[in-house]
Amino acid sequence: MADDRLTIAGREFKSRLWVGTGKYKDFVETKKAIEASGADVVTVAVRRVNITDRSKENLLDYIDPKKYTILPNTAGCYTVEDAVRYSRLARAAGVSDLVKLEVIGDEKTLFPDTAGLIEAAKILIKEGFVVLPYTNDDPIVAKKLVDIGCPAVMPLAAPIGSGLGIRNPYNLKIILETVKVPIIVDAGVGTASDAALAMEYGADAVLMNTAIAGAKDPIMMAEAMKYAVEAGRLAYKAGRIPRKLYATASSPIEGML
Amino acid sequence: MLARGLDAMRIQVNGEKRTLAAGVTVAGLLTELDIRPDRVAVELNLSILDRSEFERRSLQEGDRIEIISFIGGGARERA
Repeated sequence: MADDRLTIAGREFKSRLWVGTGKYKDFVETKKAIEASGADVVTVAVRRVNITDRSKENLLDYIDPKKYTILPNTAGCYTVEDAVRYSRLARAAGVSDLVKLEVIGDEKTLFPDTAGLIEAAKILIKEGFVVLPYTNDDPIVAKKLVDIGCPAVMPLAAPIGSGLGIRNPYNLKIILETVKVPIIVDAGVGTASDAALAMEYGADAVLMNTAIAGAKDPIMMAEAMKYAVEAGRLAYKAGRIPRKLYATASSPIEGML
Repeated sequence: MLARGLDAMRIQVNGEKRTLAAGVTVAGLLTELDIRPDRVAVELNLSILDRSEFERRSLQEGDRIEIISFIGGGARERA
């Protein structure tokens, strides 16, 4: 798989599994799970530094920014203004122009506000950001995001943290067919087969957090996801057989008694 | 850091009121708070400061400063 690299906006990534860093027990578990996943892109959130309790350790003491691509997100932002503000702060705190852009539309579903997403993406792209948008499984919105300059699109499989797997495989297939930039399925994966399925459909990568961090054994699940994404990718490239209603014998009839 | 009297100023740091010695720079405040400047972004009265400004930018009475950094996150947390 070494020659099968994912390229986005001139950046090369060796793993097609991207992982979040939220909801782990502690930083040691976070680090071990990320190592087991083989991911080289990790998402982080942008928040106020705790100024009253400075004993709290820094995530970047455990996740070396030289070793991993740190992808800041705008999770928790419900308005265009907030998403733009958080993106600018992320760029100032980090070293790159990458941002996983989220404009959340509703607290209960955490579905994206796609109108706000497009508006925020336009502003940030004009400022030189590499915008990776977290969006719905809507092929039209995905296309619009590409048209305004997003070098990849990140449609959800299901609501964030729901573990429901790909809820609308047909929409995802249309996105994969019609959108000519890398597609990263983001959010909603529950277990390894969900990730493998996304890759078998032809997704370029899968991003997940809860499916790993929320598993009984996050480190083992991280490893499972690594294999699932690799297996799904290989199966996609190998080309599956068509589905048929009736049997086709595998053993030859010739030579039978 | 709780300077009082004429040489003190009140500012807001990450939403909390703080009293500081007048004339403290952004870099000085970060040192007082034991925060590494290379890991954070600083927003002063809603404008983001370049790291090169930390040393020379003095804080003033009523300033609102936000110091942010990266924490663990997938996509669930709310601001």
